[in-house]
Amino acid sequence: MDTKGLFMNRIDAAFANLAAADRKALVAYLTAGYPDFDTSLEILKQVCGAGADILEIGVPFSDPTCDGPIIQASSETALKSGMSLSKSIELAAALRQSVETPIVMFSYYNPVFRYGVKRFAEEISRAGVDGVLIVDLPPEEAGDLVEALAGKEIHIIRLAAPTTRPERIRMLAGGAGGFLYLISRTGVTGTGGLDPAAIALHAAAVKKVCPHPVCIGFGISNSDDARALAPLADGIIVGSALMRVLSKADDFAAIPALAAAKIRELRVGMDAAGMCAKS
Amino acid sequence: MTNKLIGQYPDKSGHFGCYGGRFVGETLMAALADLENAWNDASKDVVFDRQFREMLANYAGRPTPLDFAERLSEHVGGARIYLKREDCAHTGAHKINNVIGQGLLARRMGKMKVIAETGAGQHGVATATIAARFGMSCKVFMGAEDVRRQAPNVLRMRLLGAEVVPVTCGTSTLKDAMNEALRYWVAEVEDTFYVIGTVSGPHPYPVMVRDFQRVIGDEARRQALEQIGRVPDLLVACVGGGSNAMGLFYPFLDDRCEMLGAEAAGEGLDTPRHAASISGGQPGALHGAMTYLLQNDEGQIHEAWSISAGLDYPGVGPEHAFLHDLGRVRYAGITDREAVEAFKLLCRYEGIIPALESSHALAAAIKEAAGRPKEQAVVVCLSGRGDKDLDHVTAYMKENKLWP
Repeated sequence: MDTKGLFMNRIDAAFANLAAADRKALVAYLTAGYPDFDTSLEILKQVCGAGADILEIGVPFSDPTCDGPIIQASSETALKSGMSLSKSIELAAALRQSVETPIVMFSYYNPVFRYGVKRFAEEISRAGVDGVLIVDLPPEEAGDLVEALAGKEIHIIRLAAPTTRPERIRMLAGGAGGFLYLISRTGVTGTGGLDPAAIALHAAAVKKVCPHPVCIGFGISNSDDARALAPLADGIIVGSALMRVLSKADDFAAIPALAAAKIRELRVGMDAAGMCAKS
Repeated sequence: MTNKLIGQYPDKSGHFGCYGGRFVGETLMAALADLENAWNDASKDVVFDRQFREMLANYAGRPTPLDFAERLSEHVGGARIYLKREDCAHTGAHKINNVIGQGLLARRMGKMKVIAETGAGQHGVATATIAARFGMSCKVFMGAEDVRRQAPNVLRMRLLGAEVVPVTCGTSTLKDAMNEALRYWVAEVEDTFYVIGTVSGPHPYPVMVRDFQRVIGDEARRQALEQIGRVPDLLVACVGGGSNAMGLFYPFLDDRCEMLGAEAAGEGLDTPRHAASISGGQPGALHGAMTYLLQNDEGQIHEAWSISAGLDYPGVGPEHAFLHDLGRVRYAGITDREAVEAFKLLCRYEGIIPALESSHALAAAIKEAAGRPKEQAVVVCLSGRGDKDLDHVTAYMKENKLWP
C-alpha cells in the first residue's frame, strides 16, 4: 500500500498555500543536535521565522555515505554532543510546541531499524512529524516502514536521481507522498558544479509523471543557484550550504542568527526569480 | 543436511533470508541494476567462464595446493590439519580470484575506470594488479591509519600504477575507506566500476563475489576427495567480510561437513576492542546490506579493532549472517594473541609465514583439531601470505614476550 492521496498533512497544506501565492518552497536541512541540542532547537525556530517552508531534521549517523564533508562534519559534531535518533525525535517534538512548519525526519536506515521501525513510526507521529526521508532505503526495501506508517498521516519522501530511468521515476513518484526529492546531479551532498540546463530537462521529465510537488536538492549554495533552480520545480532544498555557514560561527550563540540570514538570502533569490518569471 | 542450500540463495532481490538486499541511495540503483544484468548474462556465458578459468590458471596460478600440515598436526596431537594454500596464488592471497572476475566483468561492460576500498591492502593490490593487466585506471581508497600500518602494500599499489587515496574521515580504517569509495562511486557512477573486495555490499556483490571465490571450495573438495578419500570433517576460515570463508564453504554446504568461521576477537569479546560482528554484534544496514554489525543501541556503528587490518571491519557478508542464524556455520572469536601464537607455530612447524587474517583461522583450527581423533580431517583456508605483516607481528611478539 502506498500513502499517496489518502490524507492531507502540513506538507500538502504548505505546497497548496505556496501554489496559491505563486511561490516556491524553500526546504531547509539542518543536522539535528548541531552543535548541541539547545542551539539546534533555536536554529530550527529562527530558520522557520526567516522563511523556510519545510524543515528537514537530519538524524546524525556515524557513516553517512550519501553526504559530503560538510554534513559528515556536522553529524560528527552532533554525535559527539550526545545526539541520537531518540534525541532527534525529542528535538522535533520540542520544535512542534512552537512552530507549525512541516517537519521531515531525514535519516539513514540503520538508526531507524535498530530503534525499531514500529516504535520509530509511533514516536515521530506523536512528535508531530509530517514526513520521513530515509536516504538509503529504496522502495524495494521499505515494506516495514510503509506498514509501520500506515494510518499515521506521515508521508514517505522519495528521491529521484539523474541516473533514475523513466519507468522507475513513475514507480517512485507513484509510491511517494508529500513531495519528490529530485537530486540535481550525481554525487554526494554539498559539492558544486550545477548544470541548470540538464536539471531543467530532468525536472521537466519528472514533473510530467509525478503527481506530487517536486523539489530540487544537492549543490544549491547561494541565492544565484536558488534563483536559477527554483523556477524549474516546486521548490528547492538547501542543506550543506546552510551547515557550512553555521560551521563558520565563532560561538554557539551566534549560530541561529547566521542560519536565519542565510535563509533570507536564499528566499530573496527565489522570490526574485518569481518576479522575473512574471514580468 | 536434508535441506539443500546450494543454488537456493539469495532470492531475486538479493536477500539471504532477512539479510542482504540493497540499502543504497537512489543514485546507485540504476548502476546496481546494470551490474546485476551484466553479471547474470556473464555467468551464463561459456566464453566469459572460459576467460575466467584461463586467467585463474595462467595468471593467478591455480589450482592452489591442498597441503597436509604433518608436523603441525603431530604437534597439536589431534585431527589431521590440511591447508588450502591461497597464499600461493598471484599477489599472495585469495583476493585475486574475485578481482579477475570483476575485472573481466568491468571490461565486458566497457568500464575502463575501476575503484576499490582496501583495509590491509591485499584487495587494493589485487585490484591494482588486474587494472594494470587490463590497462584500466585504478583508484584505491584506504584509511589513513591503514596507509601507515601497511606501507609495503601502498608501495606495491603505486608501483602497479594505481592511485592510493588516503581517507581521513571517521576512524580512518576500512569502514571509512568503503564510505569514501561509495561517495566517489555515486559521483562517477556513469563510467566507473566499483570492485568490492568481499562478500558484502549491495546486491549483486555478495552473490557475485561468492561465485568468483567458490573456486577455493570447488578445488578443495576435489582435492580432499583425492587425498583424503572423502569430504573433510571440518572446514575453518577467517571471517572479516568473509570472502575466503564463503569461497571455501559454499561448495560444501550440502555435504556432511562442519564449518567454522573465525572472527577477530581482538583483545577479547568481553572488551570493546574486537571486530567480531556475528559473535558480538546486532543486525543492521550498512554499506548496502542488512547484516550483523558492531553498533550501539541507537544504531551508530562502532569502530572495529583487530591486530589484522584485513579483519578490522564492523560488518560481515550477509550470507554469513544467514548461515549463522540457520546454524549451518559456527562462528567463534580468536584473540590477537591466539592468532599471533598460531602464526608462530605455522612458521616453525611448516615453513609457511601466514597472513595475520589467516592466522585467526589457523588458531581456531588448532583448537578444534586438538579435541578430535586422528581419523578426522580439518581443512583450513590459508587465505594469504604474511610478508605484509612482518613488522607488525614482530613488534607485537616483542611487546608480549612471544619472541623469538
